[in-house]
Amino acid sequence: MSNARIQPRPVADTTGRPDFISIKNFGFWYGDKKALESMTFDIPERQVVAFIGPSGCGKSTLLRNLNRMNDLVDGISHEGDIAIKGQSIYDPGLEVISLRRRVGMVFQKSNPFPKSIYENVVFALRVMGVNNRAVLDEACETSLRKAALWDEVKDRLNDNALGLSGGQMQRLCIARAIANRPEILLMDEPCSALDPIATGKIEELIHELKTQFTIVIVTHSMQQAARVSDRTAFFYLGKLIEYDTTEKIFMNPGQAQTEAYISGRFG
Amino acid sequence: MASPSSDNSTPKGEPWVWFTSVGLLIGLSMVAGLLGLVLINGFSVFWAPPVPTVKFKDGSEIVGQFVQRRVRPNSPASDPQYERQYQIGLRELNSTSYVWVDELNIIEEKIVPETLGLERMENGPAFITPKTIVDAAGKPHAMDATAFAMIRAEVEHASEIRERVLDINQNKIGLVNAEMEETRISLRRAEDRQEPTVVLTDKLKTLDTKFAELKKEADEISKLTARAQLEGVDAKGRSVIIPFAGIVRAWEPNRMTTMDRIGLMFSRMHEFLFDAPREANTEGGLMPAIFGTLVMTVFMSLLVTPVGVIAAIYLKEYAKDGTVLRVVRICVNNLAGVPSIVFGVFGLGFFVYVLGGTIDQLFFSDQLKYNNNTPVFGTGGLLWCSLTLALMTLPVVIVATEEALSAVPRGMREASLAAGASKWQTIRDILLPASAPGILTGVILAMARGAGEVAPLMIVGVVKLAPTLPIDGLAPFLHLDRKFMHLGFHIYDLGFQSPDSDAARPMVFATTLLLIILVVCLNLGAITIRNRLRARFKGASF
Ligand SMILES: Nc1ncnc2c1ncn2[C@@H]1O[C@H](COP(=O)(O)OP(=O)(O)OP(=O)(O)O)[C@@H](O)[C@H]1O
Ligand SMILES: [Mg+2]
Repeated sequence: MSNARIQPRPVADTTGRPDFISIKNFGFWYGDKKALESMTFDIPERQVVAFIGPSGCGKSTLLRNLNRMNDLVDGISHEGDIAIKGQSIYDPGLEVISLRRRVGMVFQKSNPFPKSIYENVVFALRVMGVNNRAVLDEACETSLRKAALWDEVKDRLNDNALGLSGGQMQRLCIARAIANRPEILLMDEPCSALDPIATGKIEELIHELKTQFTIVIVTHSMQQAARVSDRTAFFYLGKLIEYDTTEKIFMNPGQAQTEAYISGRFG
Repeated sequence: MASPSSDNSTPKGEPWVWFTSVGLLIGLSMVAGLLGLVLINGFSVFWAPPVPTVKFKDGSEIVGQFVQRRVRPNSPASDPQYERQYQIGLRELNSTSYVWVDELNIIEEKIVPETLGLERMENGPAFITPKTIVDAAGKPHAMDATAFAMIRAEVEHASEIRERVLDINQNKIGLVNAEMEETRISLRRAEDRQEPTVVLTDKLKTLDTKFAELKKEADEISKLTARAQLEGVDAKGRSVIIPFAGIVRAWEPNRMTTMDRIGLMFSRMHEFLFDAPREANTEGGLMPAIFGTLVMTVFMSLLVTPVGVIAAIYLKEYAKDGTVLRVVRICVNNLAGVPSIVFGVFGLGFFVYVLGGTIDQLFFSDQLKYNNNTPVFGTGGLLWCSLTLALMTLPVVIVATEEALSAVPRGMREASLAAGASKWQTIRDILLPASAPGILTGVILAMARGAGEVAPLMIVGVVKLAPTLPIDGLAPFLHLDRKFMHLGFHIYDLGFQSPDSDAARPMVFATTLLLIILVVCLNLGAITIRNRLRARFKGASF
């Protein structure tokens, strides 16, 4: 039944920069605990990359490093570097705030603000100092359309966002994340709390969004990774085991561990 | 692994359920008892029961309102004898308003329909048998069927005139007085600096004439009712003459219907809430005290909320975790346990003398120099009371705000930061609105504690009787330097400092009732606001 919703995956766009996000010898610690072993790989522009691996292997940790969300945690440290379009995200000249404006994020548990739907969507613009009503209206409509939510909420934009259903809230969070047109969209298990229909909608959405954004998605569902991503990275115990095109990972994995995980023999 | 007795044993927690419910029961019954006592005693102040004429064995009589009955001291426990207290009023004749009489001496209590109750500006109530009404024109009228209506009309007329005189005395003359005061200070300054003083002395003269004119006007008006009086006899047959100008209210306790009594009760409640006190606070209303308590509490909340919230934001969001922070937290929490009188002493020593003294030096040096060193802010007042209580309740607000900030779901904070908001934007746009209900809870607790506090206020600006209100029509309208009246202090003063404790007792209960109602109202208001805010977050967890 859910197969009916699987869309044919569009061919990967290879016109973009192949090292759009470049992870170089990157390792990461929470206090004394090493969460990520040193790893190196590139994420190409306007492609969808899926992070898969068993629970606790460091997928979220790496994802949250891409917009420096981990800065909120005390006692963290890292080695190596991550660069976006050639510029290190740890560059002292780069403000975290401007980095986060370029890298949007959608969380596992939808987390709308207790404000109106409209204010939720335009939040990122408001904090950038945009207050022109026409600009905000336009951004609100475009983002909600892209997030496939516009038709459902266009008559109740001023209602509280907490009155939406779980799936609608998650799409609202996506709309909020893309409202200020970031270059990269990070999604940490965006569908884990959703039913198959809402999941299908979000997957369709990812297909559409990737024409404009570079998307990194963490997922526990092999099918989802296979359906939406162009490339897949498999992690295990904080190590990057294998990173390749999704086709290769799923049809002909290079590592025994990858093969075992994908076929469901552990994890 | 199931234990063998698990099938037939009673649930283990059962006795504890009883134990805890007994604890709750004791607590609840204590609260109910307190409220019941205050409620019954408080409301009896307003109720007008029939007033009996009591006949004694020796042939004497009294007319008075029954107050209470108790076992006579040194009567045998096996055969208790009782005595009764009556309020007989007419203090100028009887020297005391309340008498205790031995029940054994009473022959009978009879209800005489003619008995008239009078509430007066001075010397407490009077219970008399009226004989003649002299109207404003000096014409006497005998008692007939319409006599009581006439008495009421005269009382009404007299109180209208009283109000007009009061308006002149308080508002108009008060204005002139304030202006005179100012002019005198300017005059002294001008003399001191050897500047010309003609303009000022002239102004003073004009003001003097104005003052005299107003006084004369007030006298003229009060003359309108000067001749109206009520003549009657008391229980001992002495003749009593009471001018209508001194009567606040008249009622016929033994002829009234229940509806009349209820009407009288409301009229007394109205006076209680909206009028100024009379007779060393034992009668009249509590308006200045209610108003003072309200203004002080609201002002205190306005001071403590921003300071507490800002401090909590710093502690929670900006301060680096470490020894210093931990010490600060401990200090804040301990501040909540410091006895309130300590805050009063601090308020007097620091706020009043140091801060107030400095303010006077800087901004009111003329006032000090040319007005016999009368301090403006260098003495107790509304501002210092509010500040002292704000300091006292600061920990409550800080702790509540910190907790409310911690309770904001992490996801919301992360979402905001991930959207590119700065830390301050996140605090302002997301954290503060989301924690507003929790912050308000803290403010409610602070208000409840502040409104009921007395000890520190006694030394930083609350007085027994304040001639003026902290807010009035004179610029700058809100007088932060003024001393004011406070319900809590009023209770203490009435109950324990009053020369006539019998007369004060009902007022103590009524005031207590009012203070409780006031605190409940303040809390209900804040709780309503909080619930409105909370409703916005409904469905936040699903
Ligand atoms: N804030 C933190 N402080 C300390 N250790 C952390 C923190 N967050 C994660 N970790 C640890 O880092 C490791 C990787 O965690 P991470 O959340 O990245 O796993 P994950 O792959 O996302 O798992 P899941 O699929 O369950 O979400 C785990 O061992 C976890 O315990
Ligand atoms: Mg995770």
